[in-house]
Amino acid sequence: MSAPLLDVRDLSVAYGRAEVVHNVSIQVTQGALVTVIGANGAGKTTLLNALMGLLGARGAITFRGRPIANVPLEARVQQGLCLVPERRELFADMPVEDNLLLGGIRRSRAERNQTLEQVFSQFPRLKERRRQLAGTLSGGERQMLAMGRALMARPTLLMLDEPSLGLAPRIVRDIFQILTELRASGVSILLVEQNARAALQVADYAYVMELGAITTQGSPAEIAQDSRLVESYLGLGGNDY
Amino acid sequence: MAALRSFAPAIVAALILIAPFTGWLPDYWVTLFNYIGISSLVAIGLVLLTGVGGMTSFGQSAFVGFGAYTTGVLTVHFGVSPWLTLPAALLVTMAIAAAVGAVTVRLSGHYLPLATIAWGIAFFYLFGNISWLGAHDGLPGIPALRLGGHQLIDPKEYFVVVWVAVVLAVIATQNLLNGRVGRAVRALRRSTRAAEAFGVNTAAAKLLVFVYAAMLAGLAGWLYAHFQRSVSPGPFGVVAGTEYLLMAVLGGAGRVYGAILGAAGITVLRDQLQNLLPWLFGHTGNFESIAYGAVLVLVLQTASNGLWPILFGPPPPPKPPTPRDGDALPAKTLPAPGARLLQVQDARKTFGGLIAVNDVNFEVESSRIIGLIGPNGAGKSTTFNLITGVLPLTSGAVAFDGHPLQAQTPQRAAALGLGRTFQHVEIVPDMSVIENVALGSYLLGRAGVFRAILKLDRAEEALLFATARRQLQRVGLAEVAMQPAGTLALGQLRLVEVARALCLNPVLLLLDEPAAGLRVGEKKALAKLLREVRAEGVSVLLVEHDMDFVMSLADRLVVLDFGTKIAEGVPAEIRKNPAVLEAYLGGVA
Amino acid sequence: MDTTIFLFLLQDGVINGAVYALVAIALVLVFAVTRVIFVPQGEFVAFAALTVAALENGRAPSTPWLLLALGILAAIAEVVWHFRDLTVKRIVRVALLDLALPVALLWLTLALAPMKLGQLVNILLAIALITPMGPMIYRIAFEPLAHSSVLVLLMAAFGVHFSLIGLGLVFFGPEGSGTTPLSSASFSLGDLVVTGQSVAVLIVTAALLVLFALFFGRTLLGKALRACSSNRIGARLVGIPTSAAGQFSFAIAALLGAVSGILVGPLMTVFYDSGFLIGLKAFVAAIIGGLVSYPLTVIAALGVGFAEALFSFWASNFKEVLVFTLIIPVLAWRSIYAPYHEESE
Repeated sequence: MSAPLLDVRDLSVAYGRAEVVHNVSIQVTQGALVTVIGANGAGKTTLLNALMGLLGARGAITFRGRPIANVPLEARVQQGLCLVPERRELFADMPVEDNLLLGGIRRSRAERNQTLEQVFSQFPRLKERRRQLAGTLSGGERQMLAMGRALMARPTLLMLDEPSLGLAPRIVRDIFQILTELRASGVSILLVEQNARAALQVADYAYVMELGAITTQGSPAEIAQDSRLVESYLGLGGNDY
Repeated sequence: MAALRSFAPAIVAALILIAPFTGWLPDYWVTLFNYIGISSLVAIGLVLLTGVGGMTSFGQSAFVGFGAYTTGVLTVHFGVSPWLTLPAALLVTMAIAAAVGAVTVRLSGHYLPLATIAWGIAFFYLFGNISWLGAHDGLPGIPALRLGGHQLIDPKEYFVVVWVAVVLAVIATQNLLNGRVGRAVRALRRSTRAAEAFGVNTAAAKLLVFVYAAMLAGLAGWLYAHFQRSVSPGPFGVVAGTEYLLMAVLGGAGRVYGAILGAAGITVLRDQLQNLLPWLFGHTGNFESIAYGAVLVLVLQTASNGLWPILFGPPPPPKPPTPRDGDALPAKTLPAPGARLLQVQDARKTFGGLIAVNDVNFEVESSRIIGLIGPNGAGKSTTFNLITGVLPLTSGAVAFDGHPLQAQTPQRAAALGLGRTFQHVEIVPDMSVIENVALGSYLLGRAGVFRAILKLDRAEEALLFATARRQLQRVGLAEVAMQPAGTLALGQLRLVEVARALCLNPVLLLLDEPAAGLRVGEKKALAKLLREVRAEGVSVLLVEHDMDFVMSLADRLVVLDFGTKIAEGVPAEIRKNPAVLEAYLGGVA
Repeated sequence: MDTTIFLFLLQDGVINGAVYALVAIALVLVFAVTRVIFVPQGEFVAFAALTVAALENGRAPSTPWLLLALGILAAIAEVVWHFRDLTVKRIVRVALLDLALPVALLWLTLALAPMKLGQLVNILLAIALITPMGPMIYRIAFEPLAHSSVLVLLMAAFGVHFSLIGLGLVFFGPEGSGTTPLSSASFSLGDLVVTGQSVAVLIVTAALLVLFALFFGRTLLGKALRACSSNRIGARLVGIPTSAAGQFSFAIAALLGAVSGILVGPLMTVFYDSGFLIGLKAFVAAIIGGLVSYPLTVIAALGVGFAEALFSFWASNFKEVLVFTLIIPVLAWRSIYAPYHEESE
């Protein structure tokens, strides 16, 4: 088998003295949709921010065969690594179209215009609202815009942080539908989710993160049967305090 | 060794005061040291204002000017004795600082320093344009200080005056910082929210620091006027104000002794540059200004914490006093178990179009532990903030012990007996653990600024620290009491927050994710403590993500999702509730 | 006060206000992109005016020497701070922009100055000499502090101001000078005499403001700069290099400063340190605009100019006192109604 697209070895992240991610190792193979699930506070967001380069970290990150642990964020974007952050981080006072065009700022004008059409066909809703300010969009539209903006950079690996957060179930279904389509179109995806059932339904492989460490991994079917999952969410583990 | 340590400052102070008379110090350096001492006073004020209180001021030089001009006008125009103008100079700076500060300290973020620049410049031009202040030429002929018939003109004699003032300022400032109000002031910069939650009126505390710093500057101005024997607007502009700020930063903002180090460093540097650079470059220019700016930028780039911490490391924490036997703080009577304590009725909070809390209803009875749970973004923290007065309600009502909390403020919540912890730990990292905990009993003490400065607050302080020590023991952290809080792990800090909340003598404890980051053993200890507290009659409202923890502890659970209450009941019911399962595990299928 | 005096004051105020507006929008831009409250912005104004003045007298100004000095410092800073990731590309860029460019401009200045080629050449040369100083200063002083708080950056800005004032005295000397008006025509409008210079100031300012609006509204580069201020994390996530954005904003600031200097040169005698007060008054306008809104800043700048003219008529001694006191109620109001959230450290 060929080397994985993203290979993370023994990654640790600390805020000041407090280490919140401990020796995490994960792999994403080309074309796969891999998910990291876990309860609130497990360190999932921190892990993604470190992979993107927003946070410093110890350990090795190899992307497309090259070490990127010391590469600045903008160069990681150039190499095809993109993050849709939990808080969306849109340019609220700018129109939808400008948000998207800025997403493709590292690409050539021709590529940018071509990708814009693709994104508009993937998210017709965004095309309807192309002149509207990003700050006036609904929660679901914002999530779509955040994803569209990341896709404008033509990522090889798209990382998403809790795309379902704060969205109504029907919209969550739409978002996950789009994720499956994206994977079918050849984009590899690393999905971090609290919404475990939704994530496991679309994933090829899953990691469970608890208290900053990966505690379980396997195919979604195996994980879903694992009683530890329910435990880690609803505390049925019988730990009595 | 301990005795030596406690006498060390006194010995150093004595050595400083006799230094000029030993003959080792040339007059040139004595004069320089006089200027260092005068600047130190301003810098000590800035350490308090900026380093401790978090308010950056570029305008301290204006207060030096008020001190200097007050004595200048009174002595030159009215022939008042210089010693009598000292209280006048202090009163004038105090009054002006109170007026300016009332507007300034309420400003947030970078608006505050910008405002200090603006009024700093305005005062500078004011000094230069008022004819009875001598306008741009200033006031010459200010008399020297006199002792009996002797004029203190010799720099060596004036040295004693200046450095006695500096030593007194250091002692007063240290005493102030180590007292009850001082702890509140030290919490202003990093944990304003915590200070407010324990009853500190932060606006008043900020104004207090502002006026105190201004009065030190006024004292410096008075000393300056009688040493220089004339005043003119030049040294009171914003450039000088920046220089004082640079002294405080260079020494190590937040360190009182650092202020003296910084003042010495800058004064000597400027002096040497004035001598050296023209010699190097052959003609006079503003070379010192160039070098000076470069030093400022380099210090910020390489040692933004200043020189003092680099040279001398962290300060030893002050030793808390021990109480006399029999003294105790008054205890609070708690309501009978089962009585209605907190009622949340149709509470609603909207942010713009987003409904964060949607008509939520629940009650907390006394001697109960109630868990508030829900997935990320469900509105738990917002509900918490509505109860504690951090956020105002959009509609609905919250009542506590019969009092409606319509105009709730954090201070009022504290006075009613709501003790809380924070989701993102709010502690003062460079204060010792026990001092952080003692902040919790702020409302149980009375001692103010003057008692602290004169060290008349020791008996009360002893009681406050005894309470703090007892609560630290209860959470199992007695052995780290004297460590700086910043050196503790996150889990321990959560326990420090619990101890601090217990110091308030609370009726209701509001805990925001207290178990996050705790190890299993620590969680067990915390659960035991919370049961103990409940048995004593205190209620607990608990936001928690560790389900094992909250389920085994809570008498009842309230579940929120999308800001709406979706379930309420005993833990066993909640575990089986389909709506709750759906909310947590997702129901896309 | 009669109408004539009022109109005269209005003209005076609007012209000063127009210059403050250019300086103020530069301050807003720099703050939005880099969070630096750029106190020394006024120095560009003074240095540009002094450069043009020297060129008009057929003397070579010291500006290229100052530029070379800054270039050498920037090159040193680059090598020191990026010692570990020095690439050939980086070294070539440093050699070209920080060393070769100033040397070329120095040679050009020395060659052109004695020829007295006229106003247009003088102006273009001054702009070419001042503009590169912006990014150099950013790289020397502010880039290493990019992650610091606004306050640390503000103090560093004061440091840069002190150094630049000192350098200004060394390179330009203590004498003040004025420059030839862009237009010496004048015409009457009722009782009011309108000078060609005033019209020129207004036209140039208006044109620059329109260009500025077009740049930020229409070009992707301009939008990328806006994105940096709209959402810093978002801007980083789409791959906008923050360092390049910072340098670019400083270049625009220096350019606007240079143009302002060319405009004020004929209106007053400019000294090496005249820029500070101009900068501070622009600053009042920028703060009234909340350090975010360009239109509000321009209106505030015109207001500051007009207030200054009025104050100098009524109480000329207390002109500065009043102008700077003006800001306090505005700050208080902003603080209450538009609370700014403390930055986390």
